[in-house]
Amino acid sequence: MSAIAAVDGPGVPALTEVRVRPAFEPVEDVVRAFVVATMFWGIAAFMVGVVIALQLAFPILNLDLEWTTFGRLRPLHTSAAIFAFGGSALLGTSIHVVQRTCRARLFGGDLMGWFIFWGYQLFIVLAATGYLMGITQSKEYAEPEWYVDLWLTIVWVVYLVAFLGTIMRREEPHIYVANWFYLAFIVTIAMLHIVNNLAMPVSLFGSKSYILFAGVQDAMIQWWYGHNAVGFFLTAGFLGMMYYFIPKQADRPVYSYRLSIVHFWSLIFLYIWAGPHHLHYTALPDWTQTLGMTFSVMLWMPSWGGMINGLMTLSGAWDKLRTDPALRFSVTAVAFYGMSTFEGPVMSIKPVNALSHYTDWTIGHVHSGALGWVAFIVFGAVYYLVPVLWKRPALWSTRLVSWHFWIATIGIVLYITAMWVSGIMQGLMWRAYDELGFLQYAFVETVAAMHPFYLIRALGGVCFLLGGLIMVYNLWMTTRMPVEAGVPAGQPAR
Amino acid sequence: MDFPELIAFLRSLWVVWFMALFIGIVAWAMWPSRRRRLEEHGQIPLRDDR
Repeated sequence: MSAIAAVDGPGVPALTEVRVRPAFEPVEDVVRAFVVATMFWGIAAFMVGVVIALQLAFPILNLDLEWTTFGRLRPLHTSAAIFAFGGSALLGTSIHVVQRTCRARLFGGDLMGWFIFWGYQLFIVLAATGYLMGITQSKEYAEPEWYVDLWLTIVWVVYLVAFLGTIMRREEPHIYVANWFYLAFIVTIAMLHIVNNLAMPVSLFGSKSYILFAGVQDAMIQWWYGHNAVGFFLTAGFLGMMYYFIPKQADRPVYSYRLSIVHFWSLIFLYIWAGPHHLHYTALPDWTQTLGMTFSVMLWMPSWGGMINGLMTLSGAWDKLRTDPALRFSVTAVAFYGMSTFEGPVMSIKPVNALSHYTDWTIGHVHSGALGWVAFIVFGAVYYLVPVLWKRPALWSTRLVSWHFWIATIGIVLYITAMWVSGIMQGLMWRAYDELGFLQYAFVETVAAMHPFYLIRALGGVCFLLGGLIMVYNLWMTTRMPVEAGVPAGQPAR
Repeated sequence: MDFPELIAFLRSLWVVWFMALFIGIVAWAMWPSRRRRLEEHGQIPLRDDR
C-alpha cells in the first residue's frame, strides 16, 4: 500500500499522507481492450482450427471454393492463434505489467496505447483478409505481404518506444524480471521481422513482392525467424506473463529470483542458434544442422530451470490449486511448458527428426506448446486480470473456471495423443520397405490410416473451443456484476 | 600476426567469449553475498497493488 515510498528524494516535497492508490494513473482502458481482443481472436482461432481439422478428415468441407481451402485457412488459423490471440494477450499484459512493476504510467499515455491497440488490430485484419484472397509470401508464420509487414514495423516500433519509455521513467529502481522477458520479446521480434521480410515489391500498388534472399540462405533466414518466433514470441513473452501473474495469483514471490536471472540469460544466449533444426537433411551445410541440434538440446537447461522456478513458487501454497482453478491454469501451463520444451529438443536430434519431420508429430508438439503452455498461461492471466481491471470482487463463477479447465485439458490430451500416434505411424509407414527394397506404402495409404486420429484430433479441438466459450460467458457475466460488491471500502478487490 | 589477423582470430573464438560472459552472469547472480538483495526484487509485483 505504500506505493509512493520510492518517489521521495532530495528536492521532492515529502508526500506524507498515506495513499491507497499508486502515485500514477495507469493506462487501463487499452489493457481492457486487449483482453477483449484476446478473447475474441482466441475463439476465432479455435473455431478455424476445428474447421481445418475437420477439412483434413472430410475434404468435402473445403467447399470447392478457393477462399475456403485448407491452404488458405491454415495460415488464418496459425496467425489468429499466435499473432491475434497470443499477440493481443502479450501486448495487453505487457502494458499492464510494465506500468505496475515500474510504478509509472505508460510512456505516451492513452494516445500511444490506443495507437498500439488499433494499429495491431489493423495488422491482424489486413493479414487475415489477405490470406483468404490468396495474398501470401509463402513463409511460414511470416505470410503477410510487404505492405502489411511495413505497417506492423511502424506499430511495433511505437510499442517498443512506449515500453522502453515506461521503463526509463520508472519509480521502482529495479527492473522486474518479467519486463526483461517482455523486452527481449519486443526487441527480438523487431529484428526477426525486419530481416526475414526484406523484400522488393513488384509494383507500388500491387501486393506481390520478392524476398531478398534465395535458396538455402532464404530457408535459413526463414527458420532463424521461425524458430525464434517460437523462442521469443511464444516463449520469452509468455514467460514474462508467468513471472508476473503466478506470483500475483499465488500471492508469493517467485521461488528464486536469482534463478530467474539465470533463466533469462541462458534462454537469450541459446535460443537464437536453434533454428537450423528445422532444416535437417536439407541443402543446409551439415555443420549448421549439427550446431542447431546442439543448441536445441542445450535449451533443456533454461526450460527446466524456468519450469522449476514457476512451479516451486507454489511451494507451501499448493492448497491454492484446490480452491483457485484460475491458478490451476497457470500452473498446468508451466507443466506443459516443461513437457513441450523437453519434447522439442528430443525432436531436434537428427535421427529422431528423420522420423518426426513433416509428420503429424510436429503438429502435436506445436499444439502441446500452443494449447498447453501459451493458451493456458493466457487463460490464467485473463481470469486474474478481468476482476482486477473491471474492479469486480471476484469471478462470476469459479465452478465454470473448473469446467473450462477440465474440458480444455481433456481436449489437449486427445489432441496430442492422437497426433503422436498418427505422426509416428505416418513416419514409420513412409520409411517402410518391402523385401524387394520398394517402399511398402503409397502416400494415400498413410492418409487413410490417419483418418481415425484426425477425428480424435478434431474432437480435442471441439473440447478446447467449448472451454473457450465457457470462459467468454463467465468473463462477460463477471463484467456485469456490481462493482466491488461486498468489499469494504478501501480494500483491494482480490 | 598483425592487428586485423589478431581480430579475426579472436572473433573465431566467439563461443569462448560468450561462454565466459554467460558464466560471469551466472556467477554474479549466484554470488552468496548478493542473495538477499536479489531475492528482495521478487517482492516487486506483490507491492504494486493500488
